[in-house]
Amino acid sequence: MKSNLRWSILAAPLALMACSNAEGPKTVSEIPAVKPAEKAPVPFPSTYKAYPGVATAIRNVTVYDGEGGKIDNGVVFMTGGKISSVGGPDTIIPAGVNVVDGTGKFVTPGIIDIHSHLGDYPTPSVEAHSDGNEATSPTTPEVWAEHSVWPQDPGFSRALANGGVTALQVLPGSANLMGGRSVVLKNVYARTVQGMKFPDAPYGMKMACGENPKRVYGSKGRMPSTRMGNIAVNRQTWIKAQEYKKKRDSGKEYTRDIGMETLAGVLDGDISIQNHCYRADEMALVLDMAKEFVYKVSTFHHAVESYKIADLLRDNGVCSAVWADWWGFKMEAYDAIPENAAILHNTGACVIIHSDDENQIQRLNQEAAKAQADGRRMGFNISDAEVIKWLTYNPAKALGISDKTGSLKAGKMADVVLWNGNPLSVYARPDKVWIDGALMFDSSNPKIRPVSDFELGQPGEGDVK
Amino acid sequence: MRHFLYAAAAMAAFATPVAAETIAITGGRVVLGDGSAPIEGGTVVIRDGKIVAAGATVAIPSGARQIDAAGKWVTPGVFAGFSRLGLAEVDAVNGTNDKSGGRSGFSAAIDVAPAIDPFRSPFAVNRSSGVTRAVVAPQAADSIFAGQGAIADLGADSNPVTKARAFQFAEFGEEGAASAGGSRAGTHLHFRAMLREAQDYAAGRGTFDDDLLKAEDAKALLSVLKGETRLLIHVEGANDMLRLMELKREFPTIKMVFVGVSEGWRVARELVQAGIPVIASALNDLPATFEMLGATQSNIGRMKDAGVQVAIGMIDDRDSHQLRYTTQYAGNIVSLQYVPGATGLTWDEAFAAISSVPAEIMGVGDRLGSLKAGRAADVVVWDGDPLELSSAAITVIIDGIEQPLTNRQNRLRDRYARPTEGDLPKAYDR
Repeated sequence: MKSNLRWSILAAPLALMACSNAEGPKTVSEIPAVKPAEKAPVPFPSTYKAYPGVATAIRNVTVYDGEGGKIDNGVVFMTGGKISSVGGPDTIIPAGVNVVDGTGKFVTPGIIDIHSHLGDYPTPSVEAHSDGNEATSPTTPEVWAEHSVWPQDPGFSRALANGGVTALQVLPGSANLMGGRSVVLKNVYARTVQGMKFPDAPYGMKMACGENPKRVYGSKGRMPSTRMGNIAVNRQTWIKAQEYKKKRDSGKEYTRDIGMETLAGVLDGDISIQNHCYRADEMALVLDMAKEFVYKVSTFHHAVESYKIADLLRDNGVCSAVWADWWGFKMEAYDAIPENAAILHNTGACVIIHSDDENQIQRLNQEAAKAQADGRRMGFNISDAEVIKWLTYNPAKALGISDKTGSLKAGKMADVVLWNGNPLSVYARPDKVWIDGALMFDSSNPKIRPVSDFELGQPGEGDVK
Repeated sequence: MRHFLYAAAAMAAFATPVAAETIAITGGRVVLGDGSAPIEGGTVVIRDGKIVAAGATVAIPSGARQIDAAGKWVTPGVFAGFSRLGLAEVDAVNGTNDKSGGRSGFSAAIDVAPAIDPFRSPFAVNRSSGVTRAVVAPQAADSIFAGQGAIADLGADSNPVTKARAFQFAEFGEEGAASAGGSRAGTHLHFRAMLREAQDYAAGRGTFDDDLLKAEDAKALLSVLKGETRLLIHVEGANDMLRLMELKREFPTIKMVFVGVSEGWRVARELVQAGIPVIASALNDLPATFEMLGATQSNIGRMKDAGVQVAIGMIDDRDSHQLRYTTQYAGNIVSLQYVPGATGLTWDEAFAAISSVPAEIMGVGDRLGSLKAGRAADVVVWDGDPLELSSAAITVIIDGIEQPLTNRQNRLRDRYARPTEGDLPKAYDR
C-alpha cells in the first residue's frame, strides 16, 4: 500500500503533463523542456460564462458607485452583462427594458472579499474538508488554492444572499511562509472550480508573517521556529526564485518547477503578493525584503497594526485588508484597535475590509460601518460613499480586476447589489444581486436563491438563511 | 519600585468610579428592556445602586445628579447571555487562558468564579461598548460536565462576580460525544451514570473508587439534581434536543436551559411543551457541523413565535473578547423582519433578548436585566439606536456607579491617531 502511494505521487506529474498532449502519453525524455519564448498556456483555464440577463434599469435609487461617488435618486442601467449607464434621475432608460423601482433602496457594486477560504475550508468544517493549508513545508509556492476549492460549499450562497458578495479571492491558509497561489472566483455556483474562476483575473500568492509559520514548523523541530527564521527562509527562497527566473530568461533549456514558476511570476510582476501580516514591525521588514528582491506587495492581510505605520504603507502604495475589530485571539492580534481602518484612511493609505470567515463574509458591509463609526468618534469623518470603496473598488484594485469590476462605471461587468436600505445600517440586507447582469439572488423569489448539492434533501433546503 | 508602580497604575485605572449616588437621567428615549416600547422623554432615577423608577412621569429627587439624555437612548446595560468573559486575556496564550480546567481531574466541581479576572482587558473594552453583565461559562474538556459558571458584572472594580455557581454547564451533541468516549450513546450514559453517582453520594453510598465523579463533582451535580442550580446544556441539533427532553422527563427536577440551539426552530413546539428556555446563537446559518444542517438566522424569530423563551448568547463565538457584538447580532435579528420569508424579532423583542430575557432565564430577572424598580442600576446612555452600527455607549452605569470608558484600545488609538513620530518616539506619547 505504501509503495503504491509513493508510486502515485511520483507518477502524478507525468500523467498530468501527458494528459495535455493529444497524441497520448510520452516518456519523460520526450517531454520537451520549456523554452523561454514559448509562454505555456495557463492551465486550468476559466470556463466561467455569464448567465443570461435582461436589460435592467434600477431607478429612484441611492447609488454608491464604489469609487467614492454618490448619486441621490439615481439610475443604474445594465444591459448585455455590462453596466451601461449610471446617473441622476434624468438618465435615459430605453423603452421596453426591465425597470426596478429602487425607492428607499441603495445600489452598490458587488461586494468583493479579498480574503476568503470558502471552498478550501468549506462547511461542514469536517476534517475531510480541511484543504486550506499544505502544512508539510514552510514554502509551498507550488500549490494552487483552486485545486482545493469545493464548488459545493454552502458558504458561497450565504455570502451572496446575505453579503452581496459577487467576487472573492480564495487563499491558501497561513501555516506556510509561502502558501501557494490564490484564485479569484465569481460567486456563481458551478460544477467545477474552473466554472467559477474569474476570467483573466491575475493570480495572487499567499505569504504569511509571524506566529503561524514559526509555530507550525517550530513545533515540528524544523525551520522556521522564530521570526528571524521566517525572514531567512523567505530570503533564501527568493534567491532561488531569482536564479530560476534568470535560467528561464537565459534562452537555454531548463526544467520546469511549478513552485518556482509562481515565484518567478511574482518577480515578473504578473502575480500579486497577498501577505498575511499582523504586526507593524513585520510589515516594515517585508517591505524591505520586497525591495531587496524587487517585487511588490499588493496587500497586507489581517493587518491589525497597520495603523501604526499608516504613513509607510501609504508611501509604499500597499493596501491593508483588515477586520473592523477582531482582537485578542492571539498574541499578534493584541494591539488591534477598531480605529485601524479609519486611521489608515485618514493618513491616505488604502483600506480594504476583508473577512477570512464564512460568517463575516456575510456582513462585510456591517464591518465597514463599524469601522466608519469608530473613525467618526475620533473626528475622522469618512463619507458612506468612501466607505463602500473599502468593499468594492479597493479590493478590485488590489486584485488587479478593477478594470472589470469593483465600481459602477459604464463598460464594467454588471456586478450589482440592490440593498433594501443603506448598506451601512445593521437593518439592511441585499434585495437583489446581479452578476454579469444576470439576476443571481432575489430576496422575494425563493427560486432565485442558490442551494448547493450538499444542502439538497437536507433539513432546511432552500430555506431563508 | 516595580510593585509601587503597579499599584499606582492599578489605582489610576480603578479610582474613577465614585460611590453609588443618586442620579436622574432625563429626557432620553427610555428602553425598559422588558420588551415594551421605548418611552420618549423618559426619566430614569437611580439610588443606592438600584433603579428607583423609570418612565415618562418620574419625579426627580432633590439632590440627584442629573444626566441630560435629550436626543439619546437610555437602556439597561447589555446582558451577555453566554460568554467566557474574564477567562482569557489572549486566547492563544495558554497562561492567560482559563476557559477549560479539563486536566484538573475534576469536572462538575470546577467553579470559574476565581478565574474571572476583571483586570483582563476584555472587561474594559466590552464595558465601554455598553455590556454590563455576562453569563460566564467554563469550557468542557474530558467530561460532558464542564463545571459551574457565574454571572459577572463588568464594573471597574475588583469584585467581578455577581453570582458564583449560578449554573452548571454541559456539552451534548458532537462535543459532548467527544468528551464521553466518541458516541452520543456515551453522552447519555455518562449523564445518567454521573447523576446516579451524585445521588449515591448523597445517600452515603458513593465509593469513589471506580466512579466517574470525585466527591466535589458529586456535590455540584447534586445541586443540579435538586433543581437548585440550572443546567445549561450546549446542544445544536434537533434530534439531540429531543433526546435531551426525554432525559428531562427522567430527571424532572433538573432545570434545563439549552444553549446554541441552531436547529431549535425544528423542535420549537417541543421546547415550549418541555418548558425549556434557550440562549441561542443569533446568526448561525451554515451547516458548520452535521448537527447544524438546519441552521438559519430565522431560528430565533421562529422559536419566539412558537412561544419559546429566547435570549441571545455567543457560544464558542469570540466569547471571551467580543461581547460587544451582542447589539449588532440583535440588530441583525431585527433586520430579518424586512427580508421576505424570514422571521426576526421586533426591535423591542430584540433588545429584551439581550437584557431582561437572559436575566430571567438565569433566574435573576428580579434583580438584573431591566430598568424596572428594584433592579441593579445597570444603565447605558447611547448616542443613537443601540442596535445600530453607528451608535456608541456614551455613559455606562453599573450598580449605580458611573464607569470609566477608557481601555487599552483607545489608548493605542490616541497614540497613533497621527502615526508619524514627533519630537520623541511614540513610546513617550501618552
